[in-house]
Amino acid sequence: MNINLEVEVKKQEASTVLVLSGEIDAYTAPKLKESLLPLTRQPNAEVVVDLEHVNYMDSTGLGVFISALKSTNECGSKLRLIHLQDRVHRLFKITSLDNIITIDTTVRGGN
Amino acid sequence: MEQFDFIEMKLPAKSEYVGVIRLSVSGIANRMGFSYEEIEDLKVAISEAMTNATTHAYDVEEEGEVTVGFGVYQDRLEVMVADHGGSFDLAKIKEEIGPYQPSEKIENLREGGFGLFLIDALMDKVEIKNDYGVIVLMTKNLPINEVDFDDGQISTTQ
Repeated sequence: MNINLEVEVKKQEASTVLVLSGEIDAYTAPKLKESLLPLTRQPNAEVVVDLEHVNYMDSTGLGVFISALKSTNECGSKLRLIHLQDRVHRLFKITSLDNIITIDTTVRGGN
Repeated sequence: MEQFDFIEMKLPAKSEYVGVIRLSVSGIANRMGFSYEEIEDLKVAISEAMTNATTHAYDVEEEGEVTVGFGVYQDRLEVMVADHGGSFDLAKIKEEIGPYQPSEKIENLREGGFGLFLIDALMDKVEIKNDYGVIVLMTKNLPINEVDFDDGQISTTQ
């Protein structure tokens, strides 16, 4: 059981992948924001956030991704979320944020 | 009078403890027989209420306390999250809650705007009292077919 959040940045050829593991809540969201926002401020950057190992997220996480989306619109970069667990994906659906945030629907399921 | 167990926790109004409350509700709901999905709903709803209590209520300089009460009933879990700090404009907040609308400009989206909406979406009943501090009272019902039938009592109150 890990209620903290680990953030790892991996550079790939065309994109930067932020690999997250743990839980995103009011305490850990600022750490995510600090890592994610600077990446989205680079023009033409493609930022991919891998949420496969995120077991829990609430509206504070949604808030960070809204900030990141705004930043991509301002700076001409791209944001994509991948490998969401069902529970995490559900929050984007309930709030209809899946209409504006690019989510890779290849869900690997939760555990 | 309806019998129930009551559990109360007092925590510093700091975001560090949101995860602790989440673990607590997970344990209580698990013991009551809620499903995995329902426990996840409860974790999000209680975390949202606790997050609101830690961010709305207190100035940075004034460290406050959040009281969380769990009412464990045979057919439902009631959770109360109370802060005793300042209050917020409840009518205004109620107007603002809702999912993202396609007509809404992305630039106007509020980063912290979905907390109460999620509580409302994930719980069966939500009441907010704003008289002295803010109290959020949330109820999650146990599905009827998951109520324990092995205890030799047949409830007539369903």
